[in-house]
Amino acid sequence: MTMLSITGVHAFYGHIEALRGVDVEVKHGEIVTLIGANGAGKSTLLMTICGNPRAAKGRIVFDGEDISAKPTHEIIRSGIAQAPEGRRIFPHMTVMENLLMGAITSEPRYLDEDLEKVFALFPILKERREQRGGTLSGGEQQMLAIARALMSRPRLLLLDEPSLGLAPMLVKQIFSVIKAINAEQNVTVFLVEQNAYHALRLAHRGYVMANGRILMSGTGKELLANEEIRSAYLEGARDTKGRRS
Amino acid sequence: MAYFTQQLINGLTLGSIYGLIAIGYTLVYGIIGMINFAHGEIFMIGAFISIIAFLVLGILGVTWIPLALLIVLIATMILTPVYGWALERVAYRPLRGSPRLAALITAIGMSIFLQNYVQLVQGARIKPMQPVISGGFEIMREGSFTVALSYLQILIFVVTVVLMVVFTLVIARTELGRAQRACEQDLGMAALLGIDVDRTISLTFVMGAALASVAGLIFLINYGVIDFYIGFLAGIKAFTAAVLGGIGSLPGAMLGGLLIGLIESFWSAYFTVEYKDVAAYSVLVLVLIFRPTGLLGKPDIEKV
Ligand SMILES: Nc1ncnc2c1ncn2[C@@H]1O[C@H](COP(=O)(O)OP(=O)(O)OP(=O)(O)O)[C@@H](O)[C@H]1O
Ligand SMILES: [Mg+2]
Repeated sequence: MTMLSITGVHAFYGHIEALRGVDVEVKHGEIVTLIGANGAGKSTLLMTICGNPRAAKGRIVFDGEDISAKPTHEIIRSGIAQAPEGRRIFPHMTVMENLLMGAITSEPRYLDEDLEKVFALFPILKERREQRGGTLSGGEQQMLAIARALMSRPRLLLLDEPSLGLAPMLVKQIFSVIKAINAEQNVTVFLVEQNAYHALRLAHRGYVMANGRILMSGTGKELLANEEIRSAYLEGARDTKGRRS
Repeated sequence: MAYFTQQLINGLTLGSIYGLIAIGYTLVYGIIGMINFAHGEIFMIGAFISIIAFLVLGILGVTWIPLALLIVLIATMILTPVYGWALERVAYRPLRGSPRLAALITAIGMSIFLQNYVQLVQGARIKPMQPVISGGFEIMREGSFTVALSYLQILIFVVTVVLMVVFTLVIARTELGRAQRACEQDLGMAALLGIDVDRTISLTFVMGAALASVAGLIFLINYGVIDFYIGFLAGIKAFTAAVLGGIGSLPGAMLGGLLIGLIESFWSAYFTVEYKDVAAYSVLVLVLIFRPTGLLGKPDIEKV
């Protein structure tokens, strides 16, 4: 069953057309990934789902409801959360306060339970809970960004390059956490990644974007096997793949 | 010593007024990074709404002072914020995201507009008011000089302290306060967490105006005269106080307000009244040379 359906969406920054007619579908329970070169419009698509920038043309339907004209906070309150590009942790707030910010839309009675859940996923955050966000390491900030997004109990989680700048060990850890969130907490995930190899292996389905348009889509396996994609986005990943599979 | 004590009391009274206005500057600057130059006029409107409320109560025959004061306080704290709210809604919101200079010029324009509006509907002559509270304690005597702490001043301190505590708690503890702090650090991210940014900004203007309106009421009953122009100087002083304390910092605004009040009062007492403003601004310049973020402002050195 379709959870998020994006049809013919265009979006602009001033006169720059960053999305030029995008169609994407995400089904309940899926992990879907979006890959593409720098400047393709991936982050813009995630932000457009959240209403900033607004879709100038086209429709975005979430759980049967057209959200393309709604203000950002209402879209979020309808069950979408995003860990955006650049993490955007509140630097002057502690880890705990950042998590509470994430919980601002959810009912207070779930608070303790939800904190337990994210601390179980990211034990380091529990150790660091009184530390200020701005002083966390890059990897810890990434975990905090994901944890903060989870605190709103989303049905759909949007992640923008969660593995960016992380050491290989941490990349694996982040991807296994995403898998756990999806499988155990029943959260649908729409994920933008540069790390195409890992992302396509993790995802049920994937989309490839270039110049504000979707070039290709298919299951993770199909896209991984596609020659064009391998040469364009999986350079250097080939030998890794050889070793693993 | 007696003279010193008297000046201290006067300085604290003045400082309460500046501090209450300064909070409005600092809250708005913190959240949208603009200097709301029309905020002094909101204070002036608060004073006018207070005097009108007193007149109406007089006509209605409400003469028991504590009750009258309470009604006037509530009236001005409800009605003045309507102006603060409308100011943001009409003049500033359409400009959000445009260059800072545009917002600044608009703010100056709104300041002039509000002055003229009050001058037009209320007249340009000064409005005097009978003292509503008289009497007090004599707390010290030195020769022929007595130090008086009036009931009015006690009331001013109590009201100021209570309001500052309440607003500090609102910002520290409530969901609105948390939303304000999130907006202060990253408006876009706050929206991505489901915070209604427009509403939070509106409420910030409302809070600032409510505090300024109390300052207006205090000004009215303490000095007994107001006109449409009082917002200009008080606004600049309070703005100076906010910068001195560290713009964006709530305790900084309170501290800055008290300091500016004390500096003015002591300078006029021991040196020359004519140069009291120069003294206040000089202290500001000195502080900014050595601490560009103001006394309690937080320097932005952290990695993000
Ligand atoms: N705030 C903005 N103002 C103007 N142009 C923007 C803005 N944000 C993005 N763009 C432009 O829109 C296009 C798409 O950008 P976007 O950030 O969506 O790309 P991306 O696929 O996420 O790239 P990356 O992989 O580098 O993160 C780019 O050409 C970019 O320059
Ligand atoms: Mg991006």
